[in-house]
Amino acid sequence: MSLLTYRSAVARGIAQEMRRDDRVVFLGEDVAAAGGVFKTTVGLLEEFGPLRVRDTPISEQAILGAAMGAAMTGLRPIAEIMYSDFFAVCWDLVANEISKSRYMSDGQVSFPLVIQCGNGAGLRFGAQHSQSIENWAMSIPGLKVVAPATPRDVVGLMAAAVRDEDPVVFFNHKALYASKEEVPDGEIVDELGKAVVRREGGDATIVALAAMVPRSLAAADLLAEEHGIQATVVDVRSLVPLDTQTILSEVEKTGTLFTVEENPRLCGWGAEIVSIVTEERWDALDGAPIRITTPHIPLPSADSLEDLALPTPRRIADTVAKALKG
Amino acid sequence: MTEVQSSSEISEELGISLYRSMSTARQFEKRAYDLFMQNLVKGTTHLGIGQEAVASGVAEAMADGDYTFVTYRGHNHLVARGTPLAPLMAELLGRDNGLMHGKGGSMHLIDAERGVLGSYAIIGAQLVIANGAAWSAQYRGSGQVTVCFFGDGATNIGAFHEALNFAVIWNLPVVFVCENNLYMEYTKTDTITAVEHPAADRAAGYNLPRIVIDGNDVEEVYLTAKKAVDLARAGGGPSIIEAVTYRHGGHSRADPAKYRDPAEVAEWLEKDPLPAYRARLIARGVDPSVFEKIDAEIGVEVDAATEEAKAGEWPKPERLYTNVWADGGAEWRN
Ligand SMILES: Cc1ncc(C[n+]2csc(CCOP(=O)(O)OP(=O)(O)O)c2C)c(N)n1
Ligand SMILES: [Mg+2]
Repeated sequence: MSLLTYRSAVARGIAQEMRRDDRVVFLGEDVAAAGGVFKTTVGLLEEFGPLRVRDTPISEQAILGAAMGAAMTGLRPIAEIMYSDFFAVCWDLVANEISKSRYMSDGQVSFPLVIQCGNGAGLRFGAQHSQSIENWAMSIPGLKVVAPATPRDVVGLMAAAVRDEDPVVFFNHKALYASKEEVPDGEIVDELGKAVVRREGGDATIVALAAMVPRSLAAADLLAEEHGIQATVVDVRSLVPLDTQTILSEVEKTGTLFTVEENPRLCGWGAEIVSIVTEERWDALDGAPIRITTPHIPLPSADSLEDLALPTPRRIADTVAKALKG
Repeated sequence: MTEVQSSSEISEELGISLYRSMSTARQFEKRAYDLFMQNLVKGTTHLGIGQEAVASGVAEAMADGDYTFVTYRGHNHLVARGTPLAPLMAELLGRDNGLMHGKGGSMHLIDAERGVLGSYAIIGAQLVIANGAAWSAQYRGSGQVTVCFFGDGATNIGAFHEALNFAVIWNLPVVFVCENNLYMEYTKTDTITAVEHPAADRAAGYNLPRIVIDGNDVEEVYLTAKKAVDLARAGGGPSIIEAVTYRHGGHSRADPAKYRDPAEVAEWLEKDPLPAYRARLIARGVDPSVFEKIDAEIGVEVDAATEEAKAGEWPKPERLYTNVWADGGAEWRN
């Protein structure tokens, strides 16, 4: 075991896969010589050389196009889009090309590629460098969507994403880069489509993703201290494929469902989970499922305003307590 | 226009092969148009009738295993790379025996077996994707060359510019071929473009030579493409070729193309690449009966492909849920 930051986990996950398979190549802006704008890819150029770890121009369409063309001809590229907000300038490649070409050709071509990016708020970057766009990605048929909450998962899910034969959008959370935990040495390989129960409690089921996982865990502590409410926290980890069985069974145990989402309210991922749970476990629910989300607004930059916008442990705990106790 | 000396470099056999390729594309697309008018081909088609010399000339310069990327106006390119006509026609008809089992249609044709890695219907996308195939070939050291076609209108979209810069800085084995048919949909491209030659006049901005050729002269196309393909294969990096041509019909479907000056259309019909090339080969001594025979053979082939396509079943309902994912299925949850 050793202590690993989420930031270092990004490079460790990529390096693990590049060591194993020389078809894995990595490209993006400032990823090679500079080691990434968040220093998440330090050391990769030195270890794997300039043919496998490549700096690109500021050309997001060219980056994803290169990844797509390479994936369909035998490589397994990892492409970095620096901030997830920048998907907006290369969305054609994501939404029309990479995601749909296998289906349109009825399986003639495959796209074993990973698009990793920095997603989410908390760094006071304002409306165009802070968005949580996991719900954009999950709305496109043909894309797998992963958002790790812990350093261990950054490594294990990256391995699963690289080894998957389908395109995976991999959302690293910018506000988690400094977080750390003890992780096993050696290879870590996880599985896509498996949620994890991070905390067990019999009273309330909270379902969260990425940076909302530690916030939900903190909320669970508040609920226990202040109200004696024991909350289960489910880390979804993978929106596509979605582990509905774990979610459904955790909802059955408490009769409640609270989703904690960083994405803006409309069409957030939690709406889909609420819809599945109400359709399939209506009788198990003691009350209406409740979504705790960022409001449907662009994100502001000032500390105090951004803090108001995102779900906080306080808001999560108060919402759960109010629903349970009235 | 770049001067290319032709006759000495083109054997009679090669000339006949070029003619056959163009004539196959022409007859195939004429039939596709008829079937569209009979409402057997649904949705839309974009025909390359009049532009065959570009498709056939470039394809002839490529090797087996090379990659082709094209636009929604791509039937002629698949024909030129050897895609069998029946599955191609069946795909246009939306049948289960189609190249993609009816899931792609005219605008999205892929024939991976023959290196045609796709027809792209969102303007410009194929240029950046072609770079990826070229990068992969470079990385694997396979010697494969990628050729990417696009229209004159596509030179005004960002992806075109991103792709050219990227191909040059990575020295990719890719050849970009602009089929300049003077129009983007219903608008003349020179009325909405800052330069006269939309592709070639941009080349200098990417440190590439300016190459404009007569896209209706199949030998000029072949010889120019051969140089560029050979250069790419030898590690000399990308090229961009602008081939000036003309579509005989409308942009798509049953577009009557009323926005074009009839005198302009008449002038370009005079420059139809097929009769022009036939006449050239006859002048070089090929017996005219050779072409009659080839055309008749292709007619039989196109008839047979049409019958086979029409006899195809509708796609099985199960196809709706196949091949979203590499495991063959469409499941997104457990
Ligand atoms: C991004 C995008 N914008 C617009 C269109 C609609 N559209 C389809 S074909 C076309 C004209 C393209 O002209 P050109 O590149 O010259 O190719 P041509 O059709 O002449 O072969 C347009 C505007 C599209 N498919 N994609
Ligand atoms: Mg055009």
